[in-house]
Amino acid sequence: METSMSILIGVLFTIGTYLILTKSLLRIILGTSIISHGVNLLILTMGGLKKGGPPLLGESSTTFTDSLPQALILTAIVINFAVTALFLVLSYRTYKTLGTDDMDQLRGIEDE
Amino acid sequence: MNNLVILPIIIPLIAGLIMILIRKKILVQRIIGIFTIIVMGMVSISLMNQIKENGIQSLQAGGWEAPFGISIVADMFSAILLLTTSIVALFCFIYSFSTIGREREAHYFYPLFLFLITGVNGSFLTGDLFNLFVCFEVMLISSYVLISLGGTKLQLRESIKYILINVISSSLFLLAIAYLYAITGTLNLAHLSLRVAEVGQDGLLTTVSLLFLIVFGMKAALFLFFWLPGSYSAPPTAVAAIFAALLTKVGIYAIFRLFTLVFYHEPQITHLLIGILGAITMLLGAIGAVAYWDIKKILTYNVIVGVGFIIIGLASFTSMGMMGSIYYLIHDIIIKALIFLLGGTIIHITGTSKLKDMSGLIRNHPYLGWMFFIAALSLSGIPPLSGLLGKIFITRGTFEAELYWLGAIGLMTSLMVLYSIMKIFMNGFWGETYLSKEMEKGSMTKSMTLAIGCLTAMTIALGLGAEGIQVYVQHATDSMMNPHEYLEAVLGKNPIR
Repeated sequence: METSMSILIGVLFTIGTYLILTKSLLRIILGTSIISHGVNLLILTMGGLKKGGPPLLGESSTTFTDSLPQALILTAIVINFAVTALFLVLSYRTYKTLGTDDMDQLRGIEDE
Repeated sequence: MNNLVILPIIIPLIAGLIMILIRKKILVQRIIGIFTIIVMGMVSISLMNQIKENGIQSLQAGGWEAPFGISIVADMFSAILLLTTSIVALFCFIYSFSTIGREREAHYFYPLFLFLITGVNGSFLTGDLFNLFVCFEVMLISSYVLISLGGTKLQLRESIKYILINVISSSLFLLAIAYLYAITGTLNLAHLSLRVAEVGQDGLLTTVSLLFLIVFGMKAALFLFFWLPGSYSAPPTAVAAIFAALLTKVGIYAIFRLFTLVFYHEPQITHLLIGILGAITMLLGAIGAVAYWDIKKILTYNVIVGVGFIIIGLASFTSMGMMGSIYYLIHDIIIKALIFLLGGTIIHITGTSKLKDMSGLIRNHPYLGWMFFIAALSLSGIPPLSGLLGKIFITRGTFEAELYWLGAIGLMTSLMVLYSIMKIFMNGFWGETYLSKEMEKGSMTKSMTLAIGCLTAMTIALGLGAEGIQVYVQHATDSMMNPHEYLEAVLGKNPIR
């Protein structure tokens, strides 16, 4: 299970990196979003994947799931949601104001 | 247990929330803001004195004992930085009154400013790695809005890049946290320190520590500073000054915290790398500062040089170097705010940031000119101003650690810094006066003069009165070089194994 999760995380990171390296602003934002999904899955995997244990440590229970990674992911998702929303709004505003979403034209070389 | 520790986070947060409710009443917002920051400063002073007498203060949030709950910890290093933060924040806040403009004031500039301070204070105080991430995000999200608030073309273009860089580095931060959690099974800094000391810092942990170095290096502009000159020249002066003074310093604080508390077992790998990165940062920053003829560019490259210089004190990993770093960190926060406010004022008066288009400002603005001169001398560490002591101690530290090349590069770059900043003074203030009083684009207002004057007085006072803060700095150095004290303060006398 951990192996296939690792491969999936790798694929997500690859796609994210590819998208961030493209020129279109929207693709870049999608890329950051996909990378952060990859990170969330990584946190889950790093906490150890177990089947069928509640995140409670009772007297009779023998297995339990570590609940900390889930708490971390929940926080990370909320933060990522807010940042992505802000980023999207800002990129739309940039597109309206500067009239382009091509990163090549947003380089900001002097005296253009 | 000491509830005072959490106040520097709570106070600006609540004040900011109240300000959102009274959006239209600008004057009330200003008064609340000043009051809040002063209270914050007083809390940090009383924290400093408590720490001096009773050792490191901590608070376990919600009463959950250390490795399970979130700890808020204040040691002397954090308390000193908290106090410096409140001083700089106060003057940048006052400076913004007449320069930031009605529009920005009506669109939540002041609450955002306080949220930024909340994040900065939170990062200084937290004793938990994930909580550090959250506080970083609080700070960064406020900074995203502050940098783009106003929506000019330049601001929008630069804020896109700024946000992208920070989103990626935040993802890497989480990645590093996940790896560290998998290896050690804890995220509490004190508990991490204990566990890493127990199992030994093997290759895997060292690799993770280098990942953290990359993440914080990106935030602190250590070597990975390519985003900084563009981003910091976009926002209005008061915002640029607070960014230059505080945001990179939070990254530096995180590097110091991790590499003195947790990953201090393999200095020949990690600390040497930090030294090399610091040297490259200083050299490239100094070259940039010398090369440009634009005030904003020169000042932003000076921020980068400062970062490199502070970090080589850590690289030496001697108590002398550490003490120098703390002195220089305090100095750098104040002087970077001051020099950005001065540069911004020059741009405000002349209406241009190109050095070749200005000349002879000293005739109409003698006080501004001389304050700039004092700031320039202080920046490059001329006695008796505040930069000197930090430079001496850091250089001595590198020599003690037998890293002579590092100290030499540090001294060489301070000469280049002096040249770059004198270039602004000579071109801007000397020479023939083109601009008569009437032709100037803007004038100095009372709040601007007050803010700049007080910060200049601070840098002189910090230089002449260095003896007075010596006790505190020495205390901070000692507790950083002995992580044991931190562990006892957080985990109790007999740390659970």
